[in-house]
Amino acid sequence: MSNLNRRHFIQLAAGTAAASVIGFPAIIRAASKQVVVVGGGSGGATAAKYIHLADPSIEVTLIDPQPQHYTCFMSNEVLAGERTIDAIKFGYSNLAKQGIKVVQGLVTDIDPTAKKVTTQSGDTFTYDRLVVSPGIDFKWGAIEGYDESIIEKIPHAWQAGPQTTLLRDQLVAMPDGGTVIIVSPPDPFRCPPGPYERASLIAHYLKQHKPKSKVLILDAKEKFSKQDLFIQGWKTLYGYGTDNSMIEWLPPSKEGKVVRVDAKEMMVYAGEFEDKHKGDVINVIPPQQAGKIAHLAGLVDDKGWCPVDKKTFESTILSKGIHVIGDACIATEMPKSGYAANSQAKVCAAAVVAALQGKDMGTPSYLNTCYSIIGKDYGVSVAAVYRLEGDVIAAVKGAGGLSPFDASAEDRKREVLYAHSWFKNITQDMFG
Amino acid sequence: MTGKKTRYTLLIAMSLMLNSTTWATTNNLSLLIGNCESCHGPQGSSLGPATPTIAGMAEDTFLEAMEEYQNGERPSTIMGRIAKGYTEEDFKQMATYFRKQPFARYPQGVDASKAQQGQKLHEEYCEKCHEDNGFTDEDGSSILAGQWMPYLQFSLTDFQAGNREMSKKMKKRLEKMLQEHGEKSLEDIVHFYSSQTEMKK
Repeated sequence: MSNLNRRHFIQLAAGTAAASVIGFPAIIRAASKQVVVVGGGSGGATAAKYIHLADPSIEVTLIDPQPQHYTCFMSNEVLAGERTIDAIKFGYSNLAKQGIKVVQGLVTDIDPTAKKVTTQSGDTFTYDRLVVSPGIDFKWGAIEGYDESIIEKIPHAWQAGPQTTLLRDQLVAMPDGGTVIIVSPPDPFRCPPGPYERASLIAHYLKQHKPKSKVLILDAKEKFSKQDLFIQGWKTLYGYGTDNSMIEWLPPSKEGKVVRVDAKEMMVYAGEFEDKHKGDVINVIPPQQAGKIAHLAGLVDDKGWCPVDKKTFESTILSKGIHVIGDACIATEMPKSGYAANSQAKVCAAAVVAALQGKDMGTPSYLNTCYSIIGKDYGVSVAAVYRLEGDVIAAVKGAGGLSPFDASAEDRKREVLYAHSWFKNITQDMFG
Repeated sequence: MTGKKTRYTLLIAMSLMLNSTTWATTNNLSLLIGNCESCHGPQGSSLGPATPTIAGMAEDTFLEAMEEYQNGERPSTIMGRIAKGYTEEDFKQMATYFRKQPFARYPQGVDASKAQQGQKLHEEYCEKCHEDNGFTDEDGSSILAGQWMPYLQFSLTDFQAGNREMSKKMKKRLEKMLQEHGEKSLEDIVHFYSSQTEMKK
């Protein structure tokens, strides 16, 4: 055994020496493998960066329709006036400086046979491996009366940027005593605790500036993420459950399921008997599916999300070197969050690089941490460490979970500071 | 004789195994530490304001911290929950990696007069263990120089409240400092360590 290994080693060493003397042309030819990344959000930016870091000889092209990305995470702080819109805006210049080719364009076609993507302007890019990180798209028309033509009056603000600013402006313009309605979508959707953090931070703003106002959540679900912690926080900060509560939550069992929106009358109809709810500001977070390009390319299942191999994130529908990460993919137990996309992107980057180098990618390890800020000095979190078990990204048992229900005020306060630190560090990891 | 031979073969086999684990380590390492760096910053140097920098930590300090987070001995908001998801082998790989990373220091809102007071306190009560103005991590002292202010403050609060166990030596010194200089001394000492951005040669 040891002899064989030694002989093998000598052969290998000799081979390496020979290559270094006469192998230059071969090395040059072997270089410049092409990877194209579609989508420059949490998943795509991270994937591009980490593929380039792992093997700078790979040519990485990152394509996004926008010249910058606004993170959805922390956009609720923008709504509350606690953070500026510019503080959640990230350009791609740092990635470009590192040697990633950044292209502004909307990918409209993926040709898996020719291994080529085409943008709206007609530019084409060939690839050896493709990473698709398109985020979400909305199921327009799922709620009667709410579609793309309404979003300037009734924003979704579930893709951050101008929609966030619009909703913020509406909140600022709303008179004291007004009602803000948030329509919360059915599972699965981007950022499961997001609508409830949004309700919390809007209440936080109203409490300071328009204390006679309230937030009404009309929900398509009976249960939601971090529910007990949110309700505890709402009781502590916003009088939840009392007559003067600043937040009211109506699940389907309390006639909260929205059936129709009337943008002209600013009215939302919900429940079996179509109860009328008048909103001064209405925020409809529509039901969701994988981003548009995933549909155009045929990467989705009948529910509109992308099935993938859980180790490599390669599409199991179109497996020809196409990977899908982030909100668009089905990652079993991992939620659709910015952190999850970042974590999946690193695993996917390792898979892409290993495939191009003909090596083993190693053992994947995934993580999700998600903070929600409920109000002043009041933060909570959920975390999970994941490993691959068969074809399931499974949370390690006994680890992770929610902030304790009986945590001290000091701990709730620390979680806000850790949330802000998380934001700084993870955005550096993605876009820095 | 046979015993010796077996041992010899075993040694060879072990060295081969070691080699193969080194390969696996290089592959897995980036996947493991990728999880740490999203919160603790690039190469373990946090951009703040509160999450601590873990770059440059001595391996033993790292491993002991993780063990204490796992078994709940050390209080935390979230680290305890996360630490439970990793194995000792994972932690060893992480510890070796972070030990080698430089501790990047960023300017913080340090109050110069508090830092000056803090320096005196450091010299009187802390220096014996926290050598080189807190730049050296020896016997679990951790690197304090340039650490994020809120984190230092959280740690001292936890020590003082009895939520986090101190060594006997530290307990004595901290109690003495508090007795002689009061609560304000904690703040001064935090300002001092946070103000340390360059190690004196």
